[in-house]
Amino acid sequence: MSYLVPAGLYAIGAPTPGSPVLVTANYKMSYDLVRGALAGRNLWLLVLETNGINVWCAAGKGTFGSEELVARIEASRLADTVAHRSLILPLFGAPGVSAHEVRARTGFSVRFAALKAGDIPRYLDGGMRTTPEMRELTFTFRERLVLIPVELVIALKGSVWIVPLLAIAAAWRDGHFSPTAAIPAVLAYCGAVAAGTIVTPLALPWLPTRSFAVKGALVGVLWSLLFLAAVGWRGSAAAATVLLVSVVSSFLALNFTGSTPYTSRSGVKREMRLSLPVMAGALVAGFGCWVFAALR
Amino acid sequence: MKGYSYLQDVATLELDPEACIGCGMCEEVCPHQVFTLRDDKAEILDADRCMECGACQTNCPAAAIRVDVGVGCAAGMISEWLGEILPGRRRSGGCC
Repeated sequence: MSYLVPAGLYAIGAPTPGSPVLVTANYKMSYDLVRGALAGRNLWLLVLETNGINVWCAAGKGTFGSEELVARIEASRLADTVAHRSLILPLFGAPGVSAHEVRARTGFSVRFAALKAGDIPRYLDGGMRTTPEMRELTFTFRERLVLIPVELVIALKGSVWIVPLLAIAAAWRDGHFSPTAAIPAVLAYCGAVAAGTIVTPLALPWLPTRSFAVKGALVGVLWSLLFLAAVGWRGSAAAATVLLVSVVSSFLALNFTGSTPYTSRSGVKREMRLSLPVMAGALVAGFGCWVFAALR
Repeated sequence: MKGYSYLQDVATLELDPEACIGCGMCEEVCPHQVFTLRDDKAEILDADRCMECGACQTNCPAAAIRVDVGVGCAAGMISEWLGEILPGRRRSGGCC
């Protein structure tokens, strides 16, 4: 399956030299979203070569950038195709595309229209004016929900190693190997993964503090307390569970920063510098408690 | 962005009012409404909303804005740090 659309100039409907020119990335989903939003209209769509990456990510990398736009305008001979000198770009492309640079190099003026493809029709029909709502980022429950599969896949990659090791360690009891003893430990771990990759992202705006690590740790502690109430472990085994579960949940929640549209690099850096040493300490303490519980 | 705010006092965003020509591009491209125009000069309304995407810096014709551009992504940060420790390691994180 290919997620790439060949870069170049596309005609939507039957555009004339006076029809607007929209610019997007060659990620198939971006292309389909834009084309879907423009169904029934006549205009030009200039698709940039971003190696199948969406506009926002490609703009950050610079592939959805001034260089590529200038090159694509020239390669597609856009100036010979259209009579005007105006391009409509997604607002998410602004980190990569410098409007004044593109204008100086090609004569085409760049207008950043809206964040979402769904707003393009309103933009075009409203005299090419961007309303405050078209600029306003959202991160709704639904928008967070669709990100969860990706978070789970990332967590599963690490779990491929962690789960078997955890199961073996938990199954080893008094010099005997009892596989059933591994079940609660694996269950606690799966709950911790769910706490960090499902519950924390979904409950994100309602969880206390600004820190993702703290949000994740809190959900992890909640899960471990529920789990302990069910299995009835006490003492150092209980302490080990709370510590290890909250570390896993906290780390996975911290990882969710990359999927949100509002975390800054400086913020994540600060948060990691503060939280990673705490997580490392909790991890060591958690394993210590576990060993202590096993030796008693 | 309603309902969300990340860590405070960390954003590296800087605006030089002397250099600003008041074109309003920063206000137009910022996805977090960090800027506003007042008396034909850009002004930072709330730097804590900045996610350091760099759209304003890239689109400021007067080069009046400076920001450490990057992605706020833990996996990318880890990959960056590992890259510093282990030279020759391919730099690719779990971020986009």
